[in-house]
Amino acid sequence: MKFGVVVFPGSNCDRDMQYAIEHDLKKEVIMLWHKDSDLSMFTTDDCIVLPGGFSYGDYLRCGAIARFSPMMKSVIEFANKGGKVLGVCNGFQILCESGLLPGVLLRNQNQQFICKNVYIKGQNEEALKIPIAHGEGRYYADDAVLNELETNGQVLFHYCTEEGALTEEGNPNGSTHHIAGIKNKSGNVFGMMPHPERATSAILQNEDGKKVFEMLGILN
Amino acid sequence: MSEITIKTAQELRLAAEEFQLIIEKIGRTPNFTELCAFSGMWSEHCSYKNSIKWLKTLPRSGGRMLVEAGEENAGLMDIGNNYGVVFKIESHNHPSAIEPFQGAATGVGGIQRDIFTMGARPIASLNSLRFGNIDDNKTQRLLAGVVHGIGHYGNCFGVPTVGGEVYFEDCYHTNPLVNAMSVGIVKIGDTVSATALGEGNPVFYVGSATGKDGIGGASFASANITAESTEELPAVQVGDPFQEKKLLEACLEVIQTGAIVGMQDMGAAGIICSTAEMSAKGGVGMHIDLDKVPTRQQNMKAWELLLSESQERMLMVVEKGREAEVLKVFDKWDLSCSEVGHVTLDGILSFYMNGALEAALPAHELVLGGGAPQYDRAYTTPEYLHKIAAFDINTIPDIQDNAELLSVAKQIVQLPNIASKRWVYTQYDSMVGTGNVGTNGPSDASVVLVKETGKALAITTDCNSRYVFADPYKGAQIAVAEAARNIVCSGGEPIGITNCLNFGNPYQPEVYYQFVQAIKGMGDACRKFNTPVTGGNVSFYNQHPEGAVYPTPTIGMVGIVDDLEDITTLGFTEKSNYIILLGKQVINDIGSSEYIHKIKGIEYSTAPYFDLEEEIKLQNFISKAIKDKLLVSAHDVSEGGVMVTLLESAFVNNIGISVIPFDLYLDDKDAETDSFNEVIGDNVAIGMRKDSFWFGESQGRVIVSVSADNLNSLLTLVEVWDIQSCLLGYANDTQTINVNKNDWGTIKEWKELYNTAIEKRITSH
Repeated sequence: MKFGVVVFPGSNCDRDMQYAIEHDLKKEVIMLWHKDSDLSMFTTDDCIVLPGGFSYGDYLRCGAIARFSPMMKSVIEFANKGGKVLGVCNGFQILCESGLLPGVLLRNQNQQFICKNVYIKGQNEEALKIPIAHGEGRYYADDAVLNELETNGQVLFHYCTEEGALTEEGNPNGSTHHIAGIKNKSGNVFGMMPHPERATSAILQNEDGKKVFEMLGILN
Repeated sequence: MSEITIKTAQELRLAAEEFQLIIEKIGRTPNFTELCAFSGMWSEHCSYKNSIKWLKTLPRSGGRMLVEAGEENAGLMDIGNNYGVVFKIESHNHPSAIEPFQGAATGVGGIQRDIFTMGARPIASLNSLRFGNIDDNKTQRLLAGVVHGIGHYGNCFGVPTVGGEVYFEDCYHTNPLVNAMSVGIVKIGDTVSATALGEGNPVFYVGSATGKDGIGGASFASANITAESTEELPAVQVGDPFQEKKLLEACLEVIQTGAIVGMQDMGAAGIICSTAEMSAKGGVGMHIDLDKVPTRQQNMKAWELLLSESQERMLMVVEKGREAEVLKVFDKWDLSCSEVGHVTLDGILSFYMNGALEAALPAHELVLGGGAPQYDRAYTTPEYLHKIAAFDINTIPDIQDNAELLSVAKQIVQLPNIASKRWVYTQYDSMVGTGNVGTNGPSDASVVLVKETGKALAITTDCNSRYVFADPYKGAQIAVAEAARNIVCSGGEPIGITNCLNFGNPYQPEVYYQFVQAIKGMGDACRKFNTPVTGGNVSFYNQHPEGAVYPTPTIGMVGIVDDLEDITTLGFTEKSNYIILLGKQVINDIGSSEYIHKIKGIEYSTAPYFDLEEEIKLQNFISKAIKDKLLVSAHDVSEGGVMVTLLESAFVNNIGISVIPFDLYLDDKDAETDSFNEVIGDNVAIGMRKDSFWFGESQGRVIVSVSADNLNSLLTLVEVWDIQSCLLGYANDTQTINVNKNDWGTIKEWKELYNTAIEKRITSH
């Protein structure tokens, strides 16, 4: 399988994502320009990644403009065909804006940009140390959606403490249900605010991000 | 238009004699537009007229330098493997005082352009900030605005903010300092010079349209801040980091076409500065049609177009006939790119507006190193230095007992200059680029990977301005030495500096004394460390009616870590079996410490002990010990002294410490301290004041930790090199702090004090 990483004009984690996948995960990456729309080189076994950054400056609302780009139209089609799509940080915001994932990402509860290591965990997994870097990462959805997400096992990651407890202390931005990442109902579209690509390197002394990619099942 | 007189010149902040000089230089009375051009170019900010004579005494070449200081927009040094590092620090103090958010944001934006205009990709940002009293509402508004501005721009632009410093002193109440540094990487041979060449080569204007924002910014930054100047809002620019991000990518891409002759960003004094400097450097002139400059306002006058400091703009000279290749790249990035003129051979900048000549000026006469004036300013020893010389430590009672020691330690870790700056730095994206090694293993300097070379850079900004205030010569030396010490303790080799010289009004002889002495100290230290000055920036007029700020010559230093195995962190680990203080133990030195200034409230005290030769020897020793893989951790002793250094090392990995500096407390002496003595030789702490031992800020000291396996090798090396050493204690496995056999509580409790001290005091923002 291979990866495609979409480059919007304000993407700034595109190169990090490429480096992590090629260098640390040893997979092939094709960089995709937002003005193009050709995804014919990918099959539904492959994964398109929407990286972090400030696509189009995000002056209106995070991800609000990016969803209209030619490449995003193709990515939406690709996802609807069952192709795998991962959105990280700004990529998660774009997925929510384009309706591929439910809910929205609001300004952090403390009204500030936050960059630090946090802990997240999947279903019955150990707590993983993964960095966040966002101003608008507070996941919000109405109760019906939240219940559906939890019932269907669509919550990929909850924020937690280092010890793995789902408490306010472990929740950096005030997300409802401590949600850090979700997937769609059919399980092929993934969105998360934390940056796994920032935690795949031994020299940076954190390789927990590799486990995130493994848990998403997109490395096969 | 009314007649141009001395009065017009003075209104444009040019002196009467400068007006006469202009007439001499161009052989006639300038028109208003031309006078505006001189006003911008001969401002302190662009011309360095009151500093350049002294700046030229600094070591400005040699070592790994690939261009001489001042030649290009930023310094360029060889880091091996066919790559160079480009770096510079610059101030944005005056705009930040007026409008902290945009002032700081555009400061970050401006310094990034200086880096990528040379063809380098920025990989790390740092900043050095100074504010007034943290409890003051105005300070909190400025702090919140500046931090938000730096984060807003840097986070979006996508360069990690990896380090910096924040100090709070009353003297910065009216004049906060915002110094931003950027560091970039370029393949040698891919650099672009800020030079215009080749008759008929087209001149392109790229990026944002020009508005009336920031008109007169350069001359604005060259005046004292008064009540009225807070009304000068339009002189502060507005930043657009998204535009700059596109500009970065497009500029780096367009360089690859090989069609670019020269490129310079438009910073201070906008179009006039970039056209003048590029032309003067190439010995050419330019024909510019100002009506072809994209504007965001209608009916802008020629002088407004020349002086506007609208952000995110670049000027490029392109090889004639290759315009299409260049336009294609900017079109890809949706950036406006307009041909506004061409290069001429007459050395004259001719600015036209709808066909009419608005200004014709010899480029050479406008610029630093050309016609711009250079002044010798008078200086005299400041009065206040007598008060500093009169400081007598014996008038201060020493710390009496362990209870008092504990109480002072608790206060010290919560002082704003010492406590964790977590509230600040978590608002910056410090990890984008996935090269910041400090995220999970902090060192004294910021260590950033250079993935292209398999090496790393160690970068730091340093200046304790209270030391410089107490002794400008020695204080500036200390700033250089501390920067080098931070790099060495991180496992790096210092290679060069950039400086940001923040001072008061240069026309005041006592202020100018501080400047001259600081330059002398910096120059002497840089020569010893073999770290040439690659460039930088001077910010005068950091002054308000009550006086000047502390003299603040901020040092931005870059070092290389050739072998990633050498990266050394400051945190103790479970292998920290012995904790040792290396460097000269000076009896009774608490001068200019946080302790004497903040806890004892003494404004005037001497600068701490510093000896340049001893400092270099100690740093060489640390480098050797790191290369020999003898150290578990290394952390230099700075603000807060030995106590704070120990605690900071303990906090990183939650490692408890048991500290008994032998014989300091003769009553406590027992078998355990005796055994320490056997290990480490002479007791150097005998007779030392307790405040001085724990909180003194004598320079040239590092606290290292070493495993039991390596202790003997280290001690042998200590003996061979004749380095003074003192065993302080050891890491325990109880996550508690134990000092002189007293239980001081858990690491967790102490960390909470240290981490939350600043956010607890920031109430409303």
